[in-house]
Amino acid sequence: MSASSWQGVDIEIKLLVEAIYLRYSYDFRNYSLASLKRRVLLAQRQLECASISEIQHRVLYDPEVFMELLQYLTIPVSEMFRDPVYYLALREKVMPVLRTYPSLKIWVAGCSTGEEVYSIAILLHEEGLLDRSIIYATDINPHSLKQAQRGIFSLDNVPQYTRNYQLAGGRQSFADYYTAAYESVILDKSLKERVTFADHSLATDSVFSETHFISCRNVLIYFNKDLQNRTFGLFHESLCHRGFLGLGSKETIEFSSYASYFEYFSKEERVFRKL
Amino acid sequence: MTTFFPDRPIPQVDAVVIGASAGGLQALTVLVEGLSSRFRLPLLVVQHIPPHGSSCLVSVFQNKTKLRVKEVDEKELVSPGTLYFAAPDYHLLVEEDYCLSLSQCEAVNFSRPSIDVLFESAVDAWGERLVGILLTGASEDGAAGLEKVHWAGGLTIVQEPTEAQVATMPRAALQRFTPDFILPLREIHRLLCELECRNA
Repeated sequence: MSASSWQGVDIEIKLLVEAIYLRYSYDFRNYSLASLKRRVLLAQRQLECASISEIQHRVLYDPEVFMELLQYLTIPVSEMFRDPVYYLALREKVMPVLRTYPSLKIWVAGCSTGEEVYSIAILLHEEGLLDRSIIYATDINPHSLKQAQRGIFSLDNVPQYTRNYQLAGGRQSFADYYTAAYESVILDKSLKERVTFADHSLATDSVFSETHFISCRNVLIYFNKDLQNRTFGLFHESLCHRGFLGLGSKETIEFSSYASYFEYFSKEERVFRKL
Repeated sequence: MTTFFPDRPIPQVDAVVIGASAGGLQALTVLVEGLSSRFRLPLLVVQHIPPHGSSCLVSVFQNKTKLRVKEVDEKELVSPGTLYFAAPDYHLLVEEDYCLSLSQCEAVNFSRPSIDVLFESAVDAWGERLVGILLTGASEDGAAGLEKVHWAGGLTIVQEPTEAQVATMPRAALQRFTPDFILPLREIHRLLCELECRNA
């Protein structure tokens, strides 16, 4: 394939995301093109479309096809207590500060299928803070949110989650938090009593609440710099004075236009604090 | 000195992408050791590594070359004379504005980072002004990506399979297409130096 025909694909992708925005108000226009392209091409194969333009046509006239496409465009790669050192830092460094507030609001932005939400809920529970917390778990993908709300995960993942939980400084047995049934585990209902699952887009929506801690991991890597800056703007606006922001292990606010509004709180684990 | 390009002008290139798996550490050492600090081409490397824990690649190679060596930071602009390593458990991609992106999309060829993912995105960014090098490995990752470099008019180099510690990866590429060069590591090193002279 020649370089010039790839430019054609790039144009088709740009038209597709524009069409999606106009028709459904989902805004992928400021997503990083390289990985967006891989996912669109994957969707093209799976949806058995001859071209990206054909996806566009089908998406425009059939909301169900759009929902299907959305499952490819969003990336539900998550596990409970992923990067245990992050959760250990939350437990040992962030929780002692959060403990000083009479009530807590926590925002898990881009929560996908909920693994991170439940991990944080367990952490809060073990630190005795869950009862006075509200966790907002937001995502753009309604299917993911529904799955997150169910709190049911595959039994196959439990050994990994258990290892992660222990490395993250877990104080109990991870088995205390779930009931196994057939090939699945159902997480304890009490963990989601304080969680509000909601549709929210970092690309198009605004701030909905003041928060003390925001966790947004491996979401920003898919955004271009403009959208990253918009997102950091939202976080800055939402966080209370000296609030905390936790990012993915390769993400940083350091090179964004909000760099001077935050300081590193726990550098290795990518926890920042609003100045 | 003999030239690798006796019959044609030395191609003008802007970047080098390298894929390696099993046996890659030693192979990469031969490749980059002795490259002078005047070497200006950016080198982007996917070396297959286990997903968990931190990578020791940067500290290992810092002592082996005069180039700047670093693990890729999310959205950093590719800069000359730098040896970049992909981070464990993240794909590495090149954006059209030569920023480097990370992704946790599903593994490709059972690999994350995947060589194909880097090579294919690098072709989109640099087109024919790209060198792709595929080294030793027990995987088939990289073969499709290198073929894409080839069809885009970039320069493709495959490590001589008989010299490779594990020949699966170079052989997988050779089964798909005929690269510009099939060379032992020392020669690939010399070729890089020659390219650099032309592009300096």
